[in-house]
Amino acid sequence: MIDVKNLYKKFGTNEVLSDISTAVTKGEVVSIIGPSGSGKSTFLRCLNLLETPTSGTIEINGKSLTASKNNIHKIRQQIGMVFQHFHLFPHLTVLENLTYAPMKAKGVKKAEAETKARILLERVGLSEKEEAYPNSLSGGQKQRVAIARALAMEPELMLFDEPTSALDPEMVKEVLDVMKDLAKSGMTMVVVTHEMGFAREVADRVLFLDHGVLVEEGQPAEFFSNPKTERAKDFLDKVL
Amino acid sequence: MNLDFSQIIPYIPFMLEGIWATLKFVFFAIILGAILGTLLALFKIGSIKPLRWFAGAYTSIFRGTPLILQLMIIYYSTPQLTGYDISAFLSAILAFGLNSSAYISEIIRAGIQAVDKGQMEAAQALGVPYRSMMKDIILPQALKNILPALMNEFITLTKESAIVSTIGYLDLMRRAQVVGSDLFRNFEPLLFVGLIYWCMVMGLTMIGRVFERRLKQSD
Repeated sequence: MIDVKNLYKKFGTNEVLSDISTAVTKGEVVSIIGPSGSGKSTFLRCLNLLETPTSGTIEINGKSLTASKNNIHKIRQQIGMVFQHFHLFPHLTVLENLTYAPMKAKGVKKAEAETKARILLERVGLSEKEEAYPNSLSGGQKQRVAIARALAMEPELMLFDEPTSALDPEMVKEVLDVMKDLAKSGMTMVVVTHEMGFAREVADRVLFLDHGVLVEEGQPAEFFSNPKTERAKDFLDKVL
Repeated sequence: MNLDFSQIIPYIPFMLEGIWATLKFVFFAIILGAILGTLLALFKIGSIKPLRWFAGAYTSIFRGTPLILQLMIIYYSTPQLTGYDISAFLSAILAFGLNSSAYISEIIRAGIQAVDKGQMEAAQALGVPYRSMMKDIILPQALKNILPALMNEFITLTKESAIVSTIGYLDLMRRAQVVGSDLFRNFEPLLFVGLIYWCMVMGLTMIGRVFERRLKQSD
C-alpha cells in the first residue's frame, strides 16, 4: 500500500531523513519509534506530502505522491492524519468538524455526511458532544474527535503523529483504546509514538529511526526483547 | 460668549442630508477596501512571486503618500488624462477604497499568519482544496482576531471621509462649511456636524461589538 524508496529530506543543509526505504502492506499497523529529533514525524509528514521530500519516491497504492501530475488533494483524501495537537477547527462544532471535509472535498450531501459523522462519534464514544465546540472538550476527547474527523473521509490509511504526547496521562488510554479498536478493524496505520506499550501490543512491525536513518525494523516481540543494533538497545534501555 | 445655536436651525435639514452623502460613499469605500484588501492579503501570503511583489508595491505607494493627494490625483487627473469627467462621488469611493485596501491587506495578512499553522495542515491533510480552506477555515479564524483592528480602520475611514470636502463633494463637513460661510458663524455648524460624526462612529463601534460577540460563540 505504501512504498517508500530512497527517501531523503533536507532542511537547508541539515539532513533529517537519509535514504529511507520501506513498505507497508494493507491492514498492517506500523509503529515508528526513536528519540526526539530522529526524523520520525518528518517521515510521517512526507507520507501525505505535508513535507516535500528532497529526493526519493513515495507511492501510495501505486500512485506516486511526488509526481506533479497526480492530484495531491485526491491522494490526501485517502490518507487520514491525526496530529499531536489535534488541530480541530475551533470555530466549528464537533459535528461540523466531521462533516466539513467530506462535504467540501468529496461533495457528500449534508444529510449523508451527518449520518456518517454520528456513527463515527458513537464509535469514539462522543455522541453527546456533537453540538459542542472543540474548546469545551478535554484533550482526550479532542483527539478522539480528531480521529473521527479523519475517518469521516473514509481513508484507506491512517497516519498518527504522536497522538498521545500532548495528553494528560489519564487520557492516554481512551485514545489508545480507540486506536486499538481501529487496528482490529483492519485499518492500515502508521503510528509515530512514544507509547512503547502500544507499539509492542498493537503494532505488526516496529521501525526504529535515529538521526534520520532507519536503524532497525522488525516484529515488536523480537525488537523489544532482542534488538539487533546497539543503538536500539541503548534507546530501549532508556525508555523501558 | 457669542454662541447662538438657534441660527443654524433652518440649516439643520441641509446638514442632516450630509449624513446620507457621507455614509453613501463611506459604505462603498469600505466594501471596495475590504474586497481589495482581502485579495491583496492573499497575494502577500501566496506563493506567486509577481503577485506578491505587486501587493507589496501597492501597499507601499498607498500607505506612503497622503490620502488627500491620492484623492486629488484621482479627481483632477482622470479628466485630464482620459477625458472622462469623473464625479466627486466616484473619486471619493476610489480614493478611500484603494487607500483603505492597503491598510486592510496588512491587517488581514497579519491575521492570517497568526492562525495556527496546524489549521492549514489539518485542512490540507483532509484533502480540502486551497480555496475552501482559506474561505471556510483560515479567514473566519483570522477575522475573529483582527476584528478590533478592522473596526479601527473603518472608524478612521469614516472620520477621514471629511477630506472629500476638498474636492467639493457635499458631505457633512462640506455642508458645515457652506452653512458657516452663509451665516458668518462657523463654530455652531462645525460643532453640530462634529456631534454627528461622533454618533456615526459610536454606531460603528456598537456594530463591531455585536460582531465580536457573535464570533466569540465558539470560545
